[in-house]
Amino acid sequence: MEQRKNKVAERRLDVLKALKSFGANIYKQLDEGNFPTVTMPSRSTENINYDPVTRQYILGEKAVGRSTRNIRHIKPFTQLAFVALFSNELTTQRKTSTLRDVYYSSQAYEMTFQDQQESNNLITDLETLTGFAREDFSIFPEERSAIFGDLDIGYTVPGYEGKSVNLTSHPDGVLIGPAVTSSEFQRTSAKIVIAIEKGALFTRFIEERVHSKHDALLISCGGQAPRQTRSFIRRLHDELGLPVFILTDGDPWGMHIAQVIISGSANAAHLRELNTPDAIWSGVWASDIVDYKLPTDPLDEVDLKRLTELQKDPRYQTDPVWQREIKVFQKIKRKTELEAFSRYGLTYIVDEYLPAKLDQKPKEPPKKTGKKTQE
Amino acid sequence: MSAATFEEMSASDFFYRNRDIAGLSNPSRSIFVAIREAVENSLDAAESEKIPPDIYVRLSFEAEATQDTQVYKLRVEDNGCGIQPRFIPSAFGQVLYGSKYKLKQARGTFGLGGKMAVLYGQITTHQPVSVTSSTGQEKIYSFKLMIDIQRNKPIILDRKVLINKDNWHGTIIEFTLEGDYLRAMPKIIEYFKQTAMVNPYANLTFVDPKGRLYKFTRATTAMPDPPKETMPHPYGVDVELLQRLILITECTTMTGFLRQHFHRVGEVTATKFLDFAKIQANKNPKKLTHEEIVRLMQNLKKYKDFLPPDASCLSPLGEELLKAGVMKELNPEYLVVHQRKPSTYEGHPFIVEMAMAYGGNVPKRDNFVIYRFANKIPLLYDEASDVAYRVISNMNWKRYKVSPEMPIAIVVHICSTKVPYKTVGKEFISDRPEVRREEANALREVARQIQHFLARKEHVHNEKKRLSIFSKYLPKIAEFSTTLAGETRKPDIEKLLKSVQKYGTEEE
Repeated sequence: MEQRKNKVAERRLDVLKALKSFGANIYKQLDEGNFPTVTMPSRSTENINYDPVTRQYILGEKAVGRSTRNIRHIKPFTQLAFVALFSNELTTQRKTSTLRDVYYSSQAYEMTFQDQQESNNLITDLETLTGFAREDFSIFPEERSAIFGDLDIGYTVPGYEGKSVNLTSHPDGVLIGPAVTSSEFQRTSAKIVIAIEKGALFTRFIEERVHSKHDALLISCGGQAPRQTRSFIRRLHDELGLPVFILTDGDPWGMHIAQVIISGSANAAHLRELNTPDAIWSGVWASDIVDYKLPTDPLDEVDLKRLTELQKDPRYQTDPVWQREIKVFQKIKRKTELEAFSRYGLTYIVDEYLPAKLDQKPKEPPKKTGKKTQE
Repeated sequence: MSAATFEEMSASDFFYRNRDIAGLSNPSRSIFVAIREAVENSLDAAESEKIPPDIYVRLSFEAEATQDTQVYKLRVEDNGCGIQPRFIPSAFGQVLYGSKYKLKQARGTFGLGGKMAVLYGQITTHQPVSVTSSTGQEKIYSFKLMIDIQRNKPIILDRKVLINKDNWHGTIIEFTLEGDYLRAMPKIIEYFKQTAMVNPYANLTFVDPKGRLYKFTRATTAMPDPPKETMPHPYGVDVELLQRLILITECTTMTGFLRQHFHRVGEVTATKFLDFAKIQANKNPKKLTHEEIVRLMQNLKKYKDFLPPDASCLSPLGEELLKAGVMKELNPEYLVVHQRKPSTYEGHPFIVEMAMAYGGNVPKRDNFVIYRFANKIPLLYDEASDVAYRVISNMNWKRYKVSPEMPIAIVVHICSTKVPYKTVGKEFISDRPEVRREEANALREVARQIQHFLARKEHVHNEKKRLSIFSKYLPKIAEFSTTLAGETRKPDIEKLLKSVQKYGTEEE
């Protein structure tokens, strides 16, 4: 897998090149006595379209400009240049940082961001501008997802080059952080990937040795999967050729956690390769609630409203399973959780439910396509 | 049933019994009024000769009187025109005797205030007043006087004549009175401050009982022209006045009579008016019947085409002096003044002058600071009853983008031959439509100018802010991009920064 190592190093150089060219562009304009401007694709709702080819959201033709001549733009422009410089330093020195760091380190330059959201938005600007994700700039959000399973990875982070680790080495699982996402895949016996919405069930699966029973890599999403986790799942699928199965709670929100792993989010429409279009939502389906006679709670107003929204969402037009399950939810007006299987004993979900769901036929290629909607 | 007894009451006796109406209602108010009346007499005495006033006031502690009051000695010195010796006893020892019963603008109106203060001093301490005065001739006269209250006559206790080597002119009065200075102090200091504001050509010095010195120095020696005496305006006469004029006139025709004795009435106006009133032009005024006099009076009020009174009998401060005075006492960031054209109410001419000051030493309160003046005297009490207060409160300030929270002072000066006070205490102006209209118009004018100032100020502020934003961020962008691009030399952004000023507010 030497190829991967080159890929990681190459990507790092590409990022640095993009940042430098961004800086050089501003420098040139300033040096010629002009107010620097930049243009980037617009991220407004009307410019976000669903692309059936890549099976994810992408940005349209509409562009927006940021000009330092405009008094309202100059501060965000400066902040953007700062974030670029900050990323440049991190990437050059091969260090990592969090979104929170960006927020605080800007204060040293007397251009305080009003809040975390403002600095996050600027990082998204930089992503849009360069086409790289913030993780490529070595800026990471807080970690909360983990992986467990028989996979040897080789580190590329400074100080660990040449070292490898097996991802079953720690019984709590291994945090999916910068060191894992930037690693090379060396060897695996796994045949599938199972992404699980909740940490509690992830732990149960490890205890019940699901990884060896089913030759699986287990991933805990920790709710809505972070972007780097989504991107990592994509790598597992693309580079190792592993099918991906997703287990979530049986409610509209769980369903959508699976959908974002599969089709991506509107918020990340300016980025590529964060989604895994071939991943499969295995459950818990609304029809499972009926079939397995699971304990339930009623769907409330907000749940039902969310269902109606999702029904129209173009991402839900790709596989008939979505529309079918939405209709069942609307009919039974009940929801359930992964833990609900405990009514049949603690191992039921591993011994009975999981094998049944994994045996389902892999998804057929999408037939219908639709247009944009927000995530 | 006992028989009612009737006795005549002298003027001084009347005011002795009703001294509240002159403002001498309590120990703290009385000491304030005594100082005020003395200072105003002194200012009038100097202004009548166009002498820049130098007034020295000293209040000194004499003795404890009651639990709340003390005996003070008040001494007021001026450099005014002085009083001729034969008038001195009556001027200070006889109520309702004065030099101000003429139709021209003066501070006092009744010849009452100064004497009331002396009278008050006498009844509370039973001490004589001492008056020293000279008109600048070779002698100085010094009197010790008391008032015979029941007979309203001065009692001369002592009289001295001194040689006036230095041609000094002016008046010094000194008398004792009971009062409560500590409680009166804030008003007294405020009185001096505001008097200095509206008399920028005066030097005022006040030494208080604790020996503290308050000095208000003149900012100019320019003075307004003293008012001229004038004839009554036709709108302002009553039957009694007509009869008196008929009694003294030497004219033998009505046309002549009107031209001779009335303000701004000439041949043409007189003829037209007599035609309007259906009175024969050549009729001898002394032969008018009582009914004809009443009809004459009524028609004088009805006739619309009399010229308005001219302002020669008034002595407004003028825009320049008002500016100087407000500047001197408030040192505002911006000041506008406006003088209205003369107007009349009931035949009495009056002029409204208005100033509006922003920032500087204008006290910051939740509401506008209002300084009210009438014939150059500050009005310190009963602000909310004054017509000016209502005019200011009723103004649609939003229209002028002015809000009461701003540090704004409004100065209202009304001068008139007869200031329309509502009470003898001379503290607030009554709400007459003519006065209200003039004040409202003056206020609109200064408000408009303040609005322009505020708009300009905001514009400048925005421009500065813009510039500071560009000068804050452009260098940072230059620094960041230099490092990012891997360059060593920073781009020159001076030209860009300069050009920012030219962009004006197009992106605001």
